[in-house]
Amino acid sequence: METATLNNTSPKSNFKSEEYFINMGPQHPATHGVLRLLLTIDGEIIKKVEPDLGYIHRSIEKMCEKDSYQQIVHLTDRMDYLSSHINNEAVCLAVENALELEVPERVQVIRTILGELTRLSSHMLWWGVMGMDVGALTTYFYGFRDREMINDIFEETCGARLTMNYNIPGGLMHDIHPNFVKRVKEFIAHFKTKLPEYDRLLTGNVIFQKRTKGVGILSKEDAINFGASGPVARASGYSCDVRKYHPYSALDKVNFKEALDTAGDSFARYTVRIREMWESLSIIEQLIDNIPEGEHKVATNAVIKLPKGDFYQKVETARGELGVYIISTGTKNPHRVKFRSPGLSNLSLLNHIAVGGKIGDLVATMATIDIVVPDIDR
Amino acid sequence: MTNEALQTTIESWFPDPEFSQPQFSEEGSQFLNVSVEADQLHELMQLLKHNPDTHFDYLFCLTGVDYGKELGVVYHLESTIHRHILVVKVQTKDRENPIFDSVQDLWATANFHEREVHDFFGIKFRNHPNMKRLFLSEDWEGFPLRKDYEDEINMVVK
Repeated sequence: METATLNNTSPKSNFKSEEYFINMGPQHPATHGVLRLLLTIDGEIIKKVEPDLGYIHRSIEKMCEKDSYQQIVHLTDRMDYLSSHINNEAVCLAVENALELEVPERVQVIRTILGELTRLSSHMLWWGVMGMDVGALTTYFYGFRDREMINDIFEETCGARLTMNYNIPGGLMHDIHPNFVKRVKEFIAHFKTKLPEYDRLLTGNVIFQKRTKGVGILSKEDAINFGASGPVARASGYSCDVRKYHPYSALDKVNFKEALDTAGDSFARYTVRIREMWESLSIIEQLIDNIPEGEHKVATNAVIKLPKGDFYQKVETARGELGVYIISTGTKNPHRVKFRSPGLSNLSLLNHIAVGGKIGDLVATMATIDIVVPDIDR
Repeated sequence: MTNEALQTTIESWFPDPEFSQPQFSEEGSQFLNVSVEADQLHELMQLLKHNPDTHFDYLFCLTGVDYGKELGVVYHLESTIHRHILVVKVQTKDRENPIFDSVQDLWATANFHEREVHDFFGIKFRNHPNMKRLFLSEDWEGFPLRKDYEDEINMVVK
């Protein structure tokens, strides 16, 4: 039976009589933004998931071609807005490497601390929403309560709570607030008592475990084949932490364990992120007492011209590997900028792991992939 | 494997000097770059992936580029075992009907990324199972990331 709602964008060919097609999104709350999924289903079993993208595409890559290198930084925190600081850092590192500019150690340490705070804040929001997606509404309030402390630190540091714009090529916009160290320490002490609460509330919950264990299994080979990165790939046993393999800023000075799992199911992706939160806390603790004195930036020319060539910078955002690829012809504008977003690659494997499952499981699986739509629609 | 060893290995796959050779360059880039003719692209990619010495199984970035006269695609490859990185570049002068072989049979991630390049540059990929626009609607005219794209309403000029 074909439904009456079929239009030009629907996959109406090759329909069997018992299969039908529904839209999930673009306003579905579980899609975390304007993402539309075209589901072909047989009863409740998913036969095919096809994402329909581009609802909020802003063509950032085209805008970059007309902008100076300082301006590009400001566009990047509108991609994956939950990793805004790390995105800014990626562009700044790419420009600094191209100019062979050595930034002060103080800048490197502050960047890493803020980067890990960003990761924590992103993972907290993810954890809250993850619980909500599987029906545990309380997690949402817990996550947002603790995230508030990080947002306050960000606000005091740079005036913004989400889109930070604190990095500039050559260092930081201005120095940290005198309260910074104190407040970060307060946060660490607070969150160390709260993180075990997360486990008690959700991780050990039998209903939650039944919803996530053995669901949406991704093998290591497929993770590599689909270009997965971040917690999604690490939960399948693919060791890919950019912070380990291509350390940047102060990450080569700290000790941390890469969170790895081999199960590859939704629960493994969940636990990997929980363990990453512990590691991020440990990284911040190692650095917060040893912020070196010094300048918070080095002077660059007001008009930055990159030498002719290709420049690639990888960083590890909360979602995975972000790549900034700049092709320069030696002028003040880049010839081409490409952002390799972790979201698009991670989304491309959704069809692979969701087929054969149920619609309700798709919601849980999508939550563990942790999609931020502006990161996909750049 | 070092860049020199990579270069030697890849050169050994093209023993016949009568055919065009891949061009190597490390200038202005932190990685080893290989430029290859469009008709040799798929064969080279297949060897790069399946040869145990190179074993490039992770395609982490696929970029379309408009060089002004030429259109091109840049592939960033990494090996998850050897952890070396290689950049493969391919170009065509044909702006009317640019076409390259798809590599989505080798790396599944190329499926979406090739559709993105198709969407913004109008480059077609041969043997791609679903060669349609990824972000823009099907009735969109032109290819926005090309340098000669014009959109007066949004002040996009050549």
